[in-house]
Amino acid sequence: MTTQEQNKFSRRGFIKTASLVSGGMIIGFNFFTSCDSDIPLEVIDLAKLDYNEFNAYIQISNAGKVTIFSPNPEIGQGVKTSMPMLIAEELDVPWSDVRVVQGKWDSDNYKDQFAGGSEGIMRAWEPLRQTGATAKQMLINAAAARWGVSPDECHAKEGVIHHPSGKKLGYGEVVLEAAQLEVPEGLTLKEPKDFTIIGTEKHNVDNDKITTGQPLYGLDYREEGMYFAHVMRPPAFGQVIDTMDDSAARNIAGVVDVVQFDNKIAVIASNNWTAMKGKKALNVTWKTGSPLESTDLHNEKMVEILNANVDSKEFTNMRKDGDVALAFTEADLVVERMYETPFKPHNCLEPMNFFAHVTDEEVRLVGPVQTPEWTANRVAKLLERDINEVKLEMTRMGGGFGRRLYGDFALEAAEISNLTKLPVSVVFSREDDMTAGTYRPAMKYKMKASIKDNKITGYHVTEAGITDNMYDLIPNFFPAGSIPNYQVDVANYQSNISVGAWRAPVTNFHAVAEQSFFDELATTLRKDPVKLKLELLDIAAENPEEQRLFDPERFKGVIDLVVQKSNWGNPTEGRFQGFASYFCHNTHVAEVVEIEMINEKPVVKKVYCAIDCGIVVNPLGAVNQVKGGIIDGIGNALFGELKFTDGKPDADNFHAYRMIRMNETPDIEVHFVQNNISPTGLGEPALPPVGAAVNNAIFAATGRRLTKIPFQQYFA
Amino acid sequence: MGTFSIHVNGKIHSVTTDDDTPLLWVLRDELQYVGTKYGCGIGQCGACTVHIDGKATRSCSTPISDIKDAKIVTIEGLSENGNHPVQEAWKQVDVPQCGYCQAGQMMTAAAFIEENPNPTTPEIRQAMHGNICRCGTYNSIEKAVALAAKQD
Repeated sequence: MTTQEQNKFSRRGFIKTASLVSGGMIIGFNFFTSCDSDIPLEVIDLAKLDYNEFNAYIQISNAGKVTIFSPNPEIGQGVKTSMPMLIAEELDVPWSDVRVVQGKWDSDNYKDQFAGGSEGIMRAWEPLRQTGATAKQMLINAAAARWGVSPDECHAKEGVIHHPSGKKLGYGEVVLEAAQLEVPEGLTLKEPKDFTIIGTEKHNVDNDKITTGQPLYGLDYREEGMYFAHVMRPPAFGQVIDTMDDSAARNIAGVVDVVQFDNKIAVIASNNWTAMKGKKALNVTWKTGSPLESTDLHNEKMVEILNANVDSKEFTNMRKDGDVALAFTEADLVVERMYETPFKPHNCLEPMNFFAHVTDEEVRLVGPVQTPEWTANRVAKLLERDINEVKLEMTRMGGGFGRRLYGDFALEAAEISNLTKLPVSVVFSREDDMTAGTYRPAMKYKMKASIKDNKITGYHVTEAGITDNMYDLIPNFFPAGSIPNYQVDVANYQSNISVGAWRAPVTNFHAVAEQSFFDELATTLRKDPVKLKLELLDIAAENPEEQRLFDPERFKGVIDLVVQKSNWGNPTEGRFQGFASYFCHNTHVAEVVEIEMINEKPVVKKVYCAIDCGIVVNPLGAVNQVKGGIIDGIGNALFGELKFTDGKPDADNFHAYRMIRMNETPDIEVHFVQNNISPTGLGEPALPPVGAAVNNAIFAATGRRLTKIPFQQYFA
Repeated sequence: MGTFSIHVNGKIHSVTTDDDTPLLWVLRDELQYVGTKYGCGIGQCGACTVHIDGKATRSCSTPISDIKDAKIVTIEGLSENGNHPVQEAWKQVDVPQCGYCQAGQMMTAAAFIEENPNPTTPEIRQAMHGNICRCGTYNSIEKAVALAAKQD
């Protein structure tokens, strides 16, 4: 193909004509091709044709610069950097030529567009690399066609296609032809030893914008003529509006409207401060619509559950191996503890917010949400609109931690814009954010173990939750297969307080309870807790089962590594060590915490973490995730607690809710197990065990077994 | 309601607003300097930190009527090309996770190393403890402040 022919392409003429036929998981991704014969051809200046859309993920400019659209929501977990790395690796372009742009919500072209469960990289590992490899093969095929040679003779590297004759062409020189070619299938991906991008340290692609304060987040979204809404929600869960007088609010200059919807009242103004003032000026009285629950009631109900017979109908049995009752009867010794955790808010530093503009033509949504597809569908249903009329763009998020899964803020924005027909951004104040949460619910465990002939013969976990219980994978984690008589039963109290996922849902406390309890069992058995865990994993290895997700050998691998790195068993003078290990989100983690007792209070000084998440895509971002999870876990074990009195949260801002700060943060060492296994989760798994490691270090220092989070209550 | 002339990032801006409007909301909603973040509104988290006459100050708790002739610098004005030693150090260490708190962290750090060019680790930890990072980037912030101080 000649340059002249290329010139015939109209920029506007590029349409999607071919789509990837099979290709396993990448079905549905459109590769972008060819010119449209219906549109008159015009001669264009190629130099001005900046980017050619290759497919929904990749655009390549004529100068060879590459834009990669990162499909998934970015909440700080780093996928906006690591996912494009997967594409760039197989596309084989220099990372310095890559520009990353956040993809919009687009179910036709993208798959699995959500942030949750530490699954992003795991799910994207094959398809995104296939996307890059497919595009690269099409570029090679185009160059080969131009040279009149077989593509098999050519190879591509660093954005250039080479032929043994010495001929070469940059990607940008053949992209227009390549985009018209048939989409190849069944391509072989690189061997890990050939990776040049995966496994290398890449900085957060938004660093320049973040460090100069450029608009990135939902709260930064601005457009001409937009308004801000602050919403009055019931002060207590269970309350409903009795009377409402908005006349004072409406009299405030700058307040443009007040609307009532769904037991809430929104004040819409030209700026945030006016909307906040307007909200304060609302005169609302509330009445009780459903019971106003307090923490005391929850505690009472959960203790009732733990004391009830697990054979009663409120319980769900999650796993039953052998006969725990018999094991307890025949035991030399039975150890039993109750572990307790309170409600916790997510406290994303960017409070919940969303922009919506509802018009007759469309419903336009912009903002921070972990679940764009689910949220868009719920908005469509709420407003009785066709889903094709709903457009949603994700902004970078000032934290997610599970709170932004729920999209309630987007539904509020859509509802308010629908009622007022204004372009409006709903903004939660910090008080709104902390008091209208989807909290990590309180939970209690009863853990009971039998010991006979110096061995653990039985283990029974009973879980009492608020509204919800553990998910069904958890009973198949450790110690499944290690203890012959093992049973898990759960039940919950249905509350009117909204609850939801919170970074490492359920396991964030299950790990603390379990790993504290096994430390106690080790003490009872006069055994090193590390040795006990390794022995139990050896037993599990001898009892393979399909539903068990962890790998005893990989589990032992992280334990061996942390033991070695932390010099386990030999703390320096004045330091006390605690060990914990856990498997969740398909990743094995072992941690050793070192504390000092200062003024009779535990101070966490050092954390060693060994982690096996398979191939580490971006070591720099990976270390950040692990350290962040550990700090989050320590902060929440020591300080995190939200109580309720008559349906109302006792804390509404950071003066009353203690967050871990820099001067309370230990030094953290992170060690990854090096292997070539496909990557697994990393945003969550480092968090759950650390609370137990802290607790076990406190036991080493003080001889006290702490059973209630937050631990600060023991050292007041 | 009043009209105020305020000096932000080397420019004079005229703003008509309520006397009690916090500087944070003037910056964000009137002047479109959205780099300064809202986190708590009560001076507890530090996300809204700006420099007022060189001092790190919580803009959420500073009413516009108190500003008068003071010179305000926000993250957008910390350097002309985004290359203040603190900004360079933040990028080099790769501090940000979600990144939301980092403008406030950097403004606190920049004012701190101006006052204390050779800080010890405990001094850094003390100086930065007023800024919350929900993602837990504290190890990296500590490293970046030390690096910035060395380069300044």
